Amino acid sequence: MEEKRNIWKDYQKEIADDHYYYVRSCIRQSFFPASEEFFLKVLKDELGKDIFDDPNHTTCTGIGYHADVVPFETIMTVVARHFALMKESGYKNIIISCVTSFGIYTEIIETWKHFPEVLEKIRENLYKATKREFDIPLNMTHSSDIIYKFRNEIAEKANYKLINQLTGRPLNVVEHIGCHYSKMFPKYGVGGAEFPLVLAGMIKAWGGDVIDYPERRHCCGFGFRQYLVQANRGYSAANSKKKFESMEPYKPDLVLCNCPGCTMFMDKWQYTISELEGKTYGENNQGVPVLTYEELAGLVLGYNPWDLGLQFHQIQSEPLLRKMGIDFSPEDKYKTRSGIQMPMPECPANINF
Amino acid sequence: MGKLYDLLLQDVRFKEGLNACMNCGVCTAICPAAEFYKYDPREIIDTVQTKDEAKIEALMRSETIWYCGQCMSCKTRCPRGNTPAMVVMALRSVSQKLGYFTDSEKGRQQFAIKRTVGENILKYGYCVPTYAVTPEMHPEQGPIWSYINENIEEVMERLGANLRKPGPGSMREIHQSNLDELDRIFEVSGGHNLYNDIERFSEKKADEMGMEFKKEGTDNEYFRHVYTFNSGNHSRE
Repeated sequence: MEEKRNIWKDYQKEIADDHYYYVRSCIRQSFFPASEEFFLKVLKDELGKDIFDDPNHTTCTGIGYHADVVPFETIMTVVARHFALMKESGYKNIIISCVTSFGIYTEIIETWKHFPEVLEKIRENLYKATKREFDIPLNMTHSSDIIYKFRNEIAEKANYKLINQLTGRPLNVVEHIGCHYSKMFPKYGVGGAEFPLVLAGMIKAWGGDVIDYPERRHCCGFGFRQYLVQANRGYSAANSKKKFESMEPYKPDLVLCNCPGCTMFMDKWQYTISELEGKTYGENNQGVPVLTYEELAGLVLGYNPWDLGLQFHQIQSEPLLRKMGIDFSPEDKYKTRSGIQMPMPECPANINF
Repeated sequence: MGKLYDLLLQDVRFKEGLNACMNCGVCTAICPAAEFYKYDPREIIDTVQTKDEAKIEALMRSETIWYCGQCMSCKTRCPRGNTPAMVVMALRSVSQKLGYFTDSEKGRQQFAIKRTVGENILKYGYCVPTYAVTPEMHPEQGPIWSYINENIEEVMERLGANLRKPGPGSMREIHQSNLDELDRIFEVSGGHNLYNDIERFSEKKADEMGMEFKKEGTDNEYFRHVYTFNSGNHSRE
């Protein structure tokens, strides 16, 4: 029994309790900007944590790296610069908002462990380019790890649960953790590659049921160059379609994603598939809402769904909001911050908008 | 050993990604690209570990190495701890360094990625900022993406972003001093060299193909061709 307990330790992850340096995600900022703002707000205002949002960091260049236009040595030096900025700011715990970046940070740190001469070369590169010096973080987490760590505190403050108010039953939630979270270096992920718990833990803590469907761990299909180049996008859409076909019999109420890229693709490819094949997933041809964990935490805590940005997903979330019993204002949906009515977006032909 | 194998060995990802393959094929079984394309990561590893220079050169000039989607599922499952996707990255690096990439339809697409994501990085400090992912080049993003782009100021303000303004926040303007540091990092670490290689070999290929090529931007025949052309010879169907 003791031995079995020790085996389980390999799947545990230490997550720092406070004092974080935050690095943003290109895709999360561009497609789900409110998610990053909400994450900072919930950590500071709801949980009373110290987190530093440094304007001086840049892209990690990760999308370029996995699309092979940025060399490994270059991305290592860019990441080293982020570590230097963290050191200069007096922090030792880093939170990374992107799964692609997170995978890259883990790859880089493991490379430096296996090849110390590479670490020295990167120190030289960074000093030569910027006169900066860096330390490797004491604790490295993806931002979902932090929400996972504080999932029970969020549950205690919850205004809404992942319970269908019409039936009293838990909502059926698909979770998608994103390949680069723990397929490369399982020890950095909560539950590793085999028992990833980072999203499932949130879903359970907030009252939902996790759907275990055949293609649960299949890639969303981003594929970097397979999406970035228009000629290749069939690869990307085909992979998302494989997942939606596989989850369809389980009647998911929502898809919860870890990676901002996966969130975007699983949302947008539902539109593309509906245009290409006339096939719309979800009840009443409305699609299956795809949310970031920040957005879901925000709904649970009772934040206005339109301040969280749910109206700017291609698949609209009203069916989910109604199931959760959330009291939302339809009139507020497409208004500016100061309350001025904005134009209405065009309705897709094959999705009930 | 041969020149190409030596070049591969200089890449730590190659050293880390290939120990000794026993040809079990688990990587191919788990691979999303193998399901979609005429692609078999097991064969790539098998070819590379022969150390046969002619075969490795043929691989570097082929469509094959560009099919991998970098999901890294192969790393989790290989019983020998190999990572075919990392070996593919090393093959792609050498292919670009030597100009072999322009021999294949999929390899030539590197030019489109350099002119979009590659240039976004140094121009904006982001890989894919909202305003650079245009609906014209991304119709699959749907009507909501067109709406966001048409109303970007109002949308970003509503969502608490700091669009193209100084200071912290989502979609903030990256200060020029930070972009300058990024540029110097590219200079000392080989980033600019790779961009220059992609440009140089692509210009040569455009000339060979009799296509218009411009030194900047996406408004030229060669860019449009590599970004959109699909011969239809790649997938399994």
